[in-house]
Amino acid sequence: MSLVRVLVGTRKGAFILISDARRKDWQVNGPHFAGWEIYHLKGSPADPDRIYASQTSSWFGQVIQRSDDGGNTWEPVGNKFLYDGDPGMHQTFDGTQVPWVFKRIWYLEPTPNDPDTLYAGAEDAALFRSSDGGQTWQELSGLRSVKGNLWQPGAGGMCLHTILLDPKDPDRIFVAISAAGAFRTDDGGQTWRAINNGLISNFELPDSTAEVGHCVHNIAMHPTRPDVLFMQKHWDVMRSDDAGQSWVEISGNLPTDFGFPIAVHAHEPETIYVVPIKSDGEHFPPDGKLRVFRSRTGGNEWEALTNGLPQKDCYVNVLRSAFAVDSLDSCGLYFGTTGGQVYASADSGDHWAPIVRDLPAVLSVEVQTLP
Amino acid sequence: MIRVILPNHLQSLSNIDREVALDVEGPATISKILDQLEEQYPMLRGTIRDHVTKERRPFLRFFACGEDLTLDPPDTPLPAQVVQGTQSLRIVGAMAGG
Repeated sequence: MSLVRVLVGTRKGAFILISDARRKDWQVNGPHFAGWEIYHLKGSPADPDRIYASQTSSWFGQVIQRSDDGGNTWEPVGNKFLYDGDPGMHQTFDGTQVPWVFKRIWYLEPTPNDPDTLYAGAEDAALFRSSDGGQTWQELSGLRSVKGNLWQPGAGGMCLHTILLDPKDPDRIFVAISAAGAFRTDDGGQTWRAINNGLISNFELPDSTAEVGHCVHNIAMHPTRPDVLFMQKHWDVMRSDDAGQSWVEISGNLPTDFGFPIAVHAHEPETIYVVPIKSDGEHFPPDGKLRVFRSRTGGNEWEALTNGLPQKDCYVNVLRSAFAVDSLDSCGLYFGTTGGQVYASADSGDHWAPIVRDLPAVLSVEVQTLP
Repeated sequence: MIRVILPNHLQSLSNIDREVALDVEGPATISKILDQLEEQYPMLRGTIRDHVTKERRPFLRFFACGEDLTLDPPDTPLPAQVVQGTQSLRIVGAMAGG
């Protein structure tokens, strides 16, 4: 029977949750790296026992950890993230210019066919690549040339938080940055273009349709249709059918279109999920009800999924990397909250149950489906 | 031998006990001690000071012999008790966060 391994990054360590395909009984392992912030863990599609973790601390800086046995043991690898040349300046909150300074790695994306090659998304925003299992890192600095001087931090910092690799074209990569927007390369990361046409940021930008500066919270794709992208922006849920050339709003009947994660069902490319949050000033679910919303129509028409989720007095948040989808026949969904709960559904969101309730605040959730 | 005490998180990162003994050639300074520490424990590179500039990370401090050496230039000779190994150099995570 298949196994499911859920990789959870928290404010105070990493946890690995393991179940068989029934996804009823869970073994909780951890904390790994106790006391450190674990922004993200992700396994290699080419070798699922190869897992990378971003371990970080205000005191001690950035560490990258690597496991070759599914997260039982770990080895620190390279943490030398140097910008390529003089990175110059970018905007800060009040519009003044400040120097680019490396702070941490938000996101790790191993490549599909080589466990030693992976990408890392940094704050201050940049994309790094390693081809030696994380020992050394090189910046793909062409990204910053897309008006990087106009990028600015969101509340969490100026972070490159999402990396999507096109499964059909190894030279095409999508990234998202808060608050700069979405970007795409078609030549393996040498040159980049902003893909923000159609985004409207009335409250955040002086020019609401600017080429860059939008606070994109998360983007997602189905691997069989890499030209179709879904986006949770600061406000607005968006969709692109042309690899980001243009976007249309699909917020439809959502109770609020603010939120952080967005995800696509493993087997239904038009089924997508968001977790609406009241507002940018009130980072908790509307009316104290923790609801995942599902659209089976690729947006606009949404239904609330509530079975097993708290429907009163719930004021947690679900962060952008804290929602994951497994690939079992009955598609499993997982999300973690800032209150330390990790919820799972083994039936596409119809029913939910907590795997754990009292972890530190959850920063990220990924899932591996193992044979 | 010079004795260095690391903060707990760096002990676990480098998989060493509370105290590590280092051989440092010539007049011992914080700079030389960190060079030797990073040579023996490469995973500590970047966690105490910057990879390139060698600037101390802002939330770390250096104590020895009841004195705060944090703001001394890193090439300042260390007290004789540290050099002789009768006192340890303590690398300390600054109080921050309650």
